[in-house]
Amino acid sequence: MSRSTALAKTGLLPAVLGIGSIAVLVALVEALIRLGLINRFIVPMPSEIFLAFPRIVVEENVLARFTLTISEAFSASILVAIFGIAGGVLLHRFTLLRQATETWVAAIAAAPLVLIYPLYLVIFGRSATTIVMMGFTAGVAPTVLKTLEGLSGTRRVLIDVGRSFNLTPAQQFWKILLPSALPTIFVGLRLGLIFALINIVGVEFLINFGGLGQLINELSERYDLAGTYAAICFVVLVSVCVFVLMERLERWLRPGD
Amino acid sequence: MAEAGRLTATAGGPRRGFPHPVTALRVGIIVAVLATWELVAASGLLYRDVVPSLAAIAIALYKTLSDSTFYFHLAATGYEIGIALVIGGLSGLAVGIALGASKLMARAYEAYLYYLGPTPKIIFFPVMIMWFGVGAGSKVAMGAVSCFFPIALNIAAGMREIDPVLIRVGASFRANTWQMVTKIYLPAMRYPVINGLRIGLGVALIGTLLAETKLSNRGIGFLVIQAYSLFDMPQMYSLLIVLFVISIGANALIGRLGGLHDIKRS
Repeated sequence: MSRSTALAKTGLLPAVLGIGSIAVLVALVEALIRLGLINRFIVPMPSEIFLAFPRIVVEENVLARFTLTISEAFSASILVAIFGIAGGVLLHRFTLLRQATETWVAAIAAAPLVLIYPLYLVIFGRSATTIVMMGFTAGVAPTVLKTLEGLSGTRRVLIDVGRSFNLTPAQQFWKILLPSALPTIFVGLRLGLIFALINIVGVEFLINFGGLGQLINELSERYDLAGTYAAICFVVLVSVCVFVLMERLERWLRPGD
Repeated sequence: MAEAGRLTATAGGPRRGFPHPVTALRVGIIVAVLATWELVAASGLLYRDVVPSLAAIAIALYKTLSDSTFYFHLAATGYEIGIALVIGGLSGLAVGIALGASKLMARAYEAYLYYLGPTPKIIFFPVMIMWFGVGAGSKVAMGAVSCFFPIALNIAAGMREIDPVLIRVGASFRANTWQMVTKIYLPAMRYPVINGLRIGLGVALIGTLLAETKLSNRGIGFLVIQAYSLFDMPQMYSLLIVLFVISIGANALIGRLGGLHDIKRS
């Protein structure tokens, strides 16, 4: 017991250091602004930003915006899951197709896809469809690649077990390949959803439409400095919470790992 | 892994006289996509000009590439991305080394970087405009902020994978911090550094160009959004093609030069 408390004590030090230095930094910025060394019309005081939180939550319908962004992300994720996993399965099933296109998919995954948002604006209009499609476009390629990686990483022994039981290709897929690939597929899905979410918030900001991204754009266009900073902090907090949540979810879904 | 090995082995040997089936399929897919595109363009099913004919895109591409103003804008964007990479890369390198060298630092701060890394950077753009103005400064800042995180995290992870023997060798030669960094750490983590740079370039490109589409009067991002406001679709397609060729090419080039392909194979 005493050993574990000692460990807990040493374990606390980094956390305290991390939070402490952020607190010191914030206090320093506050002091520098109060002393007039930083222009308060460029950087609002942290206390002002803090006070702006309840204001933007009440006046700017943050809850409704949050719901909108999350529902856009949800729609995009469903598309990513369907097309990403199906694409990975397809490439795994047809070796020739995989040899021909895997590098293309990898190139697409590495390409700055979000830059085609003006094209989507023309095709889908300034609407939620553009935002959802942008999220889907950004998320699908990594999911395809990870699904493919998971399926091809199935151990030879497992496949041979399936063969020796004379499984049909469908049974082989559902009983052997898919369960063995699931952990990697989850990694792909998580990556896909993160890309989708980043792009959704980014495009909301860029085209000034929809949820949380638009909130930042609007506040900054109104020169509501404290509000803009508070909204940015809020969006960062939300995305960090989503990332943590998805990591937990992934760990919970793959307890054997 | 064994499967991947087998695949590359079969892909390596083309039969004489016939086009390799993979090549044939690739050509087939490209032809099919282009033919479908042309059919859709000719059918008028979509709004006019949303899917312009291939000839129109080719002409726009030729016009873009032979126009000197394009190169002015390309240079503006290239300059912004270059400076962003230098600033973001060097600060990422410093922070990455600090995090990788000290367990305490890593446990105190790395989680913040890890979770801040994937947040959408473009939302910081209004702040960057206030700090660095509406000109190139705010775009450089966007690019630098974007590439800082992946570079720092990659280098921190790379530091921890350095063979402890190498570090002990450095210590037994009583190397100072600078010598440790230049003689031991950096050469030993060449691959994580190059990989961080590759990812960093990708996100710096996105950060800079997105910022250009939001508010600027020069750069490729500006040209794209101008094509959008003028509804000049062939021009927009041609710009996007150029942009993707450049970014995918740069990505592949860094990977190739850095020998990332070799370590993936082995």
